[in-house]
Amino acid sequence: MNWHGLLSIYLHEMDRMRRTLFQSIFSPIISTSLYFVVFGSAIGSRITEIDGVSYGSFIVPGMIMLTILTQSISNASFGIFFPKFTNTVYELLAAPLSSFEIILGFVGAAATKSLIIGCIIIATAGIFVDLHIEHPFIMLFFLVLTSITFALFGFMIGVWADNFEKLQLIPILIITPLVFLGGSFYSINMLPEFWQKVSLLNPVLYLVSGFRWSFYEIADVSIYTSLITILVFLFSCLGILIYSFAKGYKIKN
Amino acid sequence: MNNIIKIENVTKIYKNNLKALDNLSLDIHEGEIFGLLGPNGAGKSTLIHTICGILNFNEGKITVNNHDIIKDYRITRSLIGIVPQELNLEAFETVWDNVNYSRGLYGKSKNHQYIESLLKELSLWDKKDSKLRELSGGMKRRVLIAKALSHEPKILFLDEPTASVDVELRKDMWEVVKRLKKKGVTIILTTHYIEEIESIGDRVGIISDGKIILVDEKSRLINKLGQKILNIELSYKLDKIPENLESYNLEINDEGTILTYVYDTKGQKTGITSLLTELKNNNIQLKDISTKQSSLESIFLNLLKENKK
Repeated sequence: MNWHGLLSIYLHEMDRMRRTLFQSIFSPIISTSLYFVVFGSAIGSRITEIDGVSYGSFIVPGMIMLTILTQSISNASFGIFFPKFTNTVYELLAAPLSSFEIILGFVGAAATKSLIIGCIIIATAGIFVDLHIEHPFIMLFFLVLTSITFALFGFMIGVWADNFEKLQLIPILIITPLVFLGGSFYSINMLPEFWQKVSLLNPVLYLVSGFRWSFYEIADVSIYTSLITILVFLFSCLGILIYSFAKGYKIKN
Repeated sequence: MNNIIKIENVTKIYKNNLKALDNLSLDIHEGEIFGLLGPNGAGKSTLIHTICGILNFNEGKITVNNHDIIKDYRITRSLIGIVPQELNLEAFETVWDNVNYSRGLYGKSKNHQYIESLLKELSLWDKKDSKLRELSGGMKRRVLIAKALSHEPKILFLDEPTASVDVELRKDMWEVVKRLKKKGVTIILTTHYIEEIESIGDRVGIISDGKIILVDEKSRLINKLGQKILNIELSYKLDKIPENLESYNLEINDEGTILTYVYDTKGQKTGITSLLTELKNNNIQLKDISTKQSSLESIFLNLLKENKK
């Protein structure tokens, strides 16, 4: 294992966060705060409690998930796309690093950034609503798992994309709708039966549901189903990525 | 002599079906400066990138220091440094951070003393805190060399390192290359400036259409394949070459004062004696005579022409 190489990639990527502090940290905090003001305070004050939880508190896990997903994807996809775009990727490919180490370095840094942002958002949420976390360790576990999984997914997008448009395509057209329709701002029990069944096809629902359970012990699906879904997604992304790197897909050809 | 790189029957076909390397075989000796010559699109960069692991190849085998570059990629890649053709660098990092980052990628622990000496050697020390985007093209080229040397490689690939570089930097760069050679580093370079290989190279390989068409020691190549040029300066202007000298294929300069005769050093008869006799018979008075070895460039061009036939 090339630990120095792995650490170099990780620190190099984390340094990018330091250089773009406002974009990396403050902008997600500002946009999340706006969600709290609009959905939590303005609209939320007119919505009754959901499963005994005030609407403002109910949406906290969903909003954290929304940010974690988008940040993990954008950080990891940009992380590998940028060296491809500037042609500095040659250095990574010529170095004595395995595909796994390269992936771990980039994905680790992207997931760390998301975790930091997630924790800051939880602290910010505490300012706006009465926050109560029933299972903090499970909450943290979900947070870590989701950050890593979607950073892996973002890395895949970064490898696949060969222009800036493609880089934005999947997050905008697929991820954002899935998050909004995955019960981030509502319980699927509020939907008609047909749409409840359709919602079960949305993988993000399982993440939000599991994460919300760790806060308030209320969930749309079983916690175990949530865990299995996210683990399957994680290992699928990892497998696809290692295979793609070994074959040189979009990188070595 | 130990072959530090062995390339055996390597073929690389790009996705667009372009055969960039065609059953190519080549050995690189340890400690030598090997000049790889070839026209644009001949496969020089593809060959370098394949050895370094940047590109996959379809067939064949490559070993570096007797290690297979696929099976033992960690060992082989840690021995190699590469300076790419393009000035590809991150924009917002400092020189110091970026060079240290490269060292880290190769699995080496921090060695600030070495990086400091490297930056000083490449006249980059006073720019160590500058952002990479603030540097001139020449300085960026130096940074690329520093990055390639940051992990103290045994083999250095220089892919057209002097392209768009001013004369001063070019001279500095060759000084660095000579110093590296003294330290035992094997250097493989491609360049369009053939006179550079002529001055510092030990062996020369000529690549065309993905095939190595010739490899030899530079001096032997010049001697073996080279033609010599005999310049005859005349005492007075000559309007026209006399008819009985036509068989010598002489050329005359615009002023009509210098005759040029090209002869093959390999031939049993160079034709010099008979030419001089004929000149005397034609009452052509000579002022001076000089000979010149044909350059590597003319050899290179002749070989390419023959290869195309």
